[in-house]
Amino acid sequence: MSLASKFKEAMVGLKAGRVTLDYPAHPRPVAGNFRGRPVFDAQKCIGCAGCANNCPAREILVFDVCQEIRILKYLGRRCTYCGRCADVCPEKAITMSHEFETATNKIADVQQTLDLFMSTCQRCGRCFKESSPLEQLKLKGYRFDDLNNERWIFRSRAYLESEPVVDDIKIELD
Amino acid sequence: MLKNLCQKMFGRSLWVYHANSGGCNGCDIEVLNVLTPYYDVERFGIKLVGSPRHADVMLCQGPATRATARALRNAYEAMPTPKLVFAIGGCACGGGIWHDTYAVLGPVEKVIPVNFYIPGCPPRPEAIIYGVAVAVGLVDKKVAPVEFKLLEMPVPRYHPADLRGRDEMVVYAKAEKL
Repeated sequence: MSLASKFKEAMVGLKAGRVTLDYPAHPRPVAGNFRGRPVFDAQKCIGCAGCANNCPAREILVFDVCQEIRILKYLGRRCTYCGRCADVCPEKAITMSHEFETATNKIADVQQTLDLFMSTCQRCGRCFKESSPLEQLKLKGYRFDDLNNERWIFRSRAYLESEPVVDDIKIELD
Repeated sequence: MLKNLCQKMFGRSLWVYHANSGGCNGCDIEVLNVLTPYYDVERFGIKLVGSPRHADVMLCQGPATRATARALRNAYEAMPTPKLVFAIGGCACGGGIWHDTYAVLGPVEKVIPVNFYIPGCPPRPEAIIYGVAVAVGLVDKKVAPVEFKLLEMPVPRYHPADLRGRDEMVVYAKAEKL
């Protein structure tokens, strides 16, 4: 009785075969709708910072060096791969790749930094005005996120240092 | 260097201790999924143990919170010395999406030193196995920091200094580039 049941169990085990993945040697393709690490395309990016404003984890930092140069830094540490940045991007510069093998011994390895040139009006040298007041609300003006400490800074007086980095911030804050 | 050290110290098998310091259990489920026969991480000799005193490796899930930071530190100090810490998931690597709330101190590396990071929310079981394989030295890490720099302004900037007078007309010298 007991021997027969053991034999039956062994037969069941033999019939099922081997199910274990031979993972690092033979990877299995991921599902088509899998969202992995976002990949930023600097050629398409216009630097609107929509991704930075919509990131739930505040992972994308924007730093305006001057009027023409904007640094967009994706940290990738606490990214939940929600795909909202790719959704909101007007130029489709962000694609959610299928890449998930991001294990590393230095967390800075998952960073992506884009150094972008921003276009301004060729006449006055200022930024373009938005078409409606509602769209102006979404603008954050100049952004001075803390790239060294990797911290997102809100556009309010409370979070900024007493002396502004660039004099233009006085206009933007009022 | 760290890889060689890993191979030397942990040549036979890694016993892992599974510490959740305030995560949502998503990463815990993925870690337990890794131990199932389908992904079967025991073929690398990895075994789950119940006490940090038996463990070589600590798998951290969840951010360091105000309530658990001290306990996490104690668990780390209880481990015998050749020890590794894996931060699994976005919370342990970077603090999670609630990194700026009052209860969350931040990533695990604020409390204990972390050797390997596996980002993801949660990371796939394959990603965790990949992290283990990177640590053991079976594969090389794939990610590297990406930096993109434009060297030249794509559109020439308008400067009033470039205006030239020509036959009673004012012409912008770089107009053909615009």
